[in-house]
Amino acid sequence: MLRYSIPLGVFLLLVLFLAFGLRRDPNELPSALINKPAPTFRLPQLKDPSKTFSAEDMRGKVWMLNVWASWCIACRDEHPYLFEYQKSGAVPIYGFNYKDNREDALGWLGELGDPYVLSAVDLEGRVAIDYGVYGAPESYIIDKSGTIRLKHVGPVTPDVWSSKILPVVQELNRQ
Amino acid sequence: MAFLRLLPLLLLCLLASTAIAQVQEVDRPSDDPVVEQRLAKISHELRCLQCRNQTLAESPAGLAVDLRNELRAQIRAGKSDEEIKAFLTQRYGDFILYKPRVTAMNYLLWFGPFVVLLGGLAILFYYIKQRRDSITEQPLSDDDRRRAEELLASGKETA
Repeated sequence: MLRYSIPLGVFLLLVLFLAFGLRRDPNELPSALINKPAPTFRLPQLKDPSKTFSAEDMRGKVWMLNVWASWCIACRDEHPYLFEYQKSGAVPIYGFNYKDNREDALGWLGELGDPYVLSAVDLEGRVAIDYGVYGAPESYIIDKSGTIRLKHVGPVTPDVWSSKILPVVQELNRQ
Repeated sequence: MAFLRLLPLLLLCLLASTAIAQVQEVDRPSDDPVVEQRLAKISHELRCLQCRNQTLAESPAGLAVDLRNELRAQIRAGKSDEEIKAFLTQRYGDFILYKPRVTAMNYLLWFGPFVVLLGGLAILFYYIKQRRDSITEQPLSDDDRRRAEELLASGKETA
């Protein structure tokens, strides 16, 4: 009996490991910032550089910070969906224009439309380092107390929106 | 030719990083050789998150350049290596460390092979012991001894 149960046990253990391991996306890193306070910043706004935007301005609200740039190809795929999310009114979407030229960024929004309440400009990418940005597009959900609750790397597809982001937003709004 | 052979690799590298910065990042080396030496040492132990299998020291990716400049500023500000690594892991997680730390999350990875080795040795010893116990010595009978001597003698002749 023991003869068979040991290899069988090892095999089942392997199956278990692979079942969990192979289904994970190796490109997605667990964010170190989940459940940590959103790093503070004060950045100029894209459309009106005389005005600034800060994460502190959003205290008391659940909001989404979406990292984008005109040079970012995947952002272009994501962009049309952002209008749907914005129209649904589930969560206000704020843009984070990452290492972009101002003219290019404004041209991009002019051409494709602007789904953002406003976009903050991080020309040097210094604030992006605080947020652990390593590949645009990235999206953060920040709760009423200013804590990062979710980070998604890559385009927010309708699937990601309904299965990952919306449940968290609804839960946070209830709190 | 070498470039052509490398081309698919380069393209893959570009694809893997969803972001290809257009704003041209430039390394701003310090005049102080001590700063550059420390940067070289510490950035060889860190991973570039855009081209994952390169260290921060080797990677030409935009983020790597930005991070190198950030690390230069921190070295100049007198931060220790530990403080700099803490700064990065707080933002990017342990994945940025090329030398993984021993944490509760990866005990199995660090010590699993030794556990398997000990398990294997235990099984081996158990097997050898069982085998040894199952063999009982049978003393030679007089007939056997005579036959053995004959065989040995005949072997000598042919040799």
